[in-house]
Amino acid sequence: MRHTLAVLVENHPGVLSRVAGLFARRGYNIESLVVGETEDKTVSRITLVVEGDEKVIEQVSKQLNKQVDVIKVNDITNEETVERQLLLLKVAADPPVRQEIMQIVEIFRCRIVDIGRRSLIIEATGDEEKIQAIIKSLQPFGIQELVRTGKVAMVRGQK
Amino acid sequence: MNGAQYIVKFLENKGVDVVFGYPGGAVIPFYDVLGRSSLRHILTRHEQGAVHAADGYARATGKPGVCIATSGPGATNLVTGIANAYLDSVPLLAITGQVGLDSIGRDAFQEADIMGITMPVTKHSYLVKDMKHLPPVLEEAWNVATTGRKGPVLIDIPKDIFMGSVDLTKAYPGITTRKGNHKNGLENQLPKIMACLTEAKKPLILAGGGVIASQAWEQLLQLVRYTNLPVVTTFMGKGALPENHPACLGIVGMHGLPAANLALSECDVLLAIGTRFSDRVTGKPRNFIPHAQIIHVDIDPAELCKNIRTDIPVVCDGQKFLVHLLKALKEANICFQIEDWWSEIKNWQKKYPMKYEKCPNLKPQHVVEEVANQAGDKVIVVTDVGQHQWFTAQYYPVGGKRSFISSGGLGTMGFGLPAAIGASLGRPGEMVVLFTGDGSFQMNIQELATLAQLQLPVKIFILNNACLGMVRQWQELFFDRHYAHSLFNYNPDFVRLAEVYGIKALKITDPKEVTGVVAQALRTSGPVIVECMVESGENVFPMVPPGGRPNEMLGRWQDEAHISRIS
Ligand SMILES: Cc1ncc(C[n+]2csc(CCOP(=O)(O)OP(=O)(O)O)c2C)c(N)n1
Ligand SMILES: [Mg+2]
Repeated sequence: MRHTLAVLVENHPGVLSRVAGLFARRGYNIESLVVGETEDKTVSRITLVVEGDEKVIEQVSKQLNKQVDVIKVNDITNEETVERQLLLLKVAADPPVRQEIMQIVEIFRCRIVDIGRRSLIIEATGDEEKIQAIIKSLQPFGIQELVRTGKVAMVRGQK
Repeated sequence: MNGAQYIVKFLENKGVDVVFGYPGGAVIPFYDVLGRSSLRHILTRHEQGAVHAADGYARATGKPGVCIATSGPGATNLVTGIANAYLDSVPLLAITGQVGLDSIGRDAFQEADIMGITMPVTKHSYLVKDMKHLPPVLEEAWNVATTGRKGPVLIDIPKDIFMGSVDLTKAYPGITTRKGNHKNGLENQLPKIMACLTEAKKPLILAGGGVIASQAWEQLLQLVRYTNLPVVTTFMGKGALPENHPACLGIVGMHGLPAANLALSECDVLLAIGTRFSDRVTGKPRNFIPHAQIIHVDIDPAELCKNIRTDIPVVCDGQKFLVHLLKALKEANICFQIEDWWSEIKNWQKKYPMKYEKCPNLKPQHVVEEVANQAGDKVIVVTDVGQHQWFTAQYYPVGGKRSFISSGGLGTMGFGLPAAIGASLGRPGEMVVLFTGDGSFQMNIQELATLAQLQLPVKIFILNNACLGMVRQWQELFFDRHYAHSLFNYNPDFVRLAEVYGIKALKITDPKEVTGVVAQALRTSGPVIVECMVESGENVFPMVPPGGRPNEMLGRWQDEAHISRIS
């Protein structure tokens, strides 16, 4: 099963390399990893998507916790969360199909951020499902280039 | 005060009395200060010698070992020793010099990214890039090495940081850990443990290296006195309980004693303290004592449920655990009715004693046994890696505390001699006995110069079987006796070699000489080397084949000693 881990770490040089090294060394699979500063400048947050059963995830968390620079590991897989990825996609867009593509962009509420003579760059944010859906809808037009970030996630506030 | 002076002062304040190292360009500024200080510096003849000596010192004293090397090749020569300390959870501070700050990343002369290289084998590591980081990094590094599950920490220090000045007017706040508590703490688990133990018909304690690391030998002894529970130990836990104590059944695992391994496979409740359940103990984790309840106590939460299933995981320091358990048992007035279990165990001990044939050739076990007879359990026993290591583990019953020093997790040939030097420096006035092999001894043989210079009371027994015995054994048993590159066609004359270094040397070739020569060696003051020309074809038995269950032991040890020869 796929797990999402939110890992708070000291904002020290080499932290990312330690975390990535740990995964490689112990044979865990990272699907995606995103790192960035948090509201506290001395703390960074790594959002990890890891594939594995409960036992593997427990080991992953414990091994992460052992790192001196790791402050806290949270498995937020089963929490109510808001999740986002960012997608940039260059799609072939000759005049006859341009209108159709722009409609799709409208429906998914993404944005066109660059207009070329024969292509468009589309920017989209959303959860995994939405990103997949956008890619699928634009596939028939010819995707020339695609880049996406890993997932970031945040637990929802108490209702 | 410059960086070098600050580090020396720091070490002095921490009570460090001996450091081990080897100078070079990047650390000359440091040595300049060190050489004028009260710290005793031992100049080994190789950086690997320095790090193993620091490791041996740490194992013998419980205090962190400190070693120093220069940048580049000096630092990379430490790697094996750091990995060795990491796998056996030995507290160690490795200080390496680094090229100047401006040169980092430019492939400068003698530049190596030692922090990157050692990341997987250190508990933590630092590269000090700013003067103001030096004081807090030293403090934190010391803390990391010596608390929780202990381990090696590396501090890489660019040359200019040694020479820059530390602002002493500033306060450097101590580190505050931001980590929370763990859910499987002792308080939560103690009632479950009590219930589990009271139901047990065949309870067994498995003591690992953690019992020794937490200095819990006295507490273990008290628990055993009160409960009469049988105790087996891992290889790293050897000596957690004095091995001549009747409740101590000895080591378990691949080359464990038959009665100990049988007790392990037959117990119904296993109380495991401070062990990581290495594959050398469990065989295939899935087959490991499936019917028994397992209580696993370890200070490192990541060890719980890592290798085997655990019924009651407990995150706790070994000593603290034993104190609380004994108190709880006494308060609840719990006594163990385990006479039947004990008679079963005593029966195995009678039926399956450890034995070997003493003649006609000289047997390695014979030498070990005779040294044990004469030197007894008041000495520090150190080994190298190979068959001789296991003959020592099997045939030398050691006293308690920190009396057995050996490379367990990494199995590093060449560990023995430098570790024996370090142990001896850590415990002046005590005798150190080193058992080594003709292969292992040649891996750090240069440290004979260090030993000769220091004139330490280290008695070295080279069990010379003219081969890499342990490799030869596996080839005999599992590779159709194809002895590819495991037999030495050439060895130096170790007696003459010792004499060239200025160390007294003796030789044993005939079993009849053992008693006399061992006595002579032990009587000799200072270092001495005894070259023992032992049988080449001897194997370490019993042997649980890799992946096997504890009760599947190879070797005809039931009826007679197994003798095999190189065909
Ligand atoms: C540095 C290193 N290289 C290789 C090995 C693999 N190895 C394990 S035991 C052994 C043989 C050791 O020979 P010796 O020291 O003569 O001891 P013996 O087994 O003969 O008693 C070897 C090569 C090792 N453990 N360490
Ligand atoms: Mg040998």
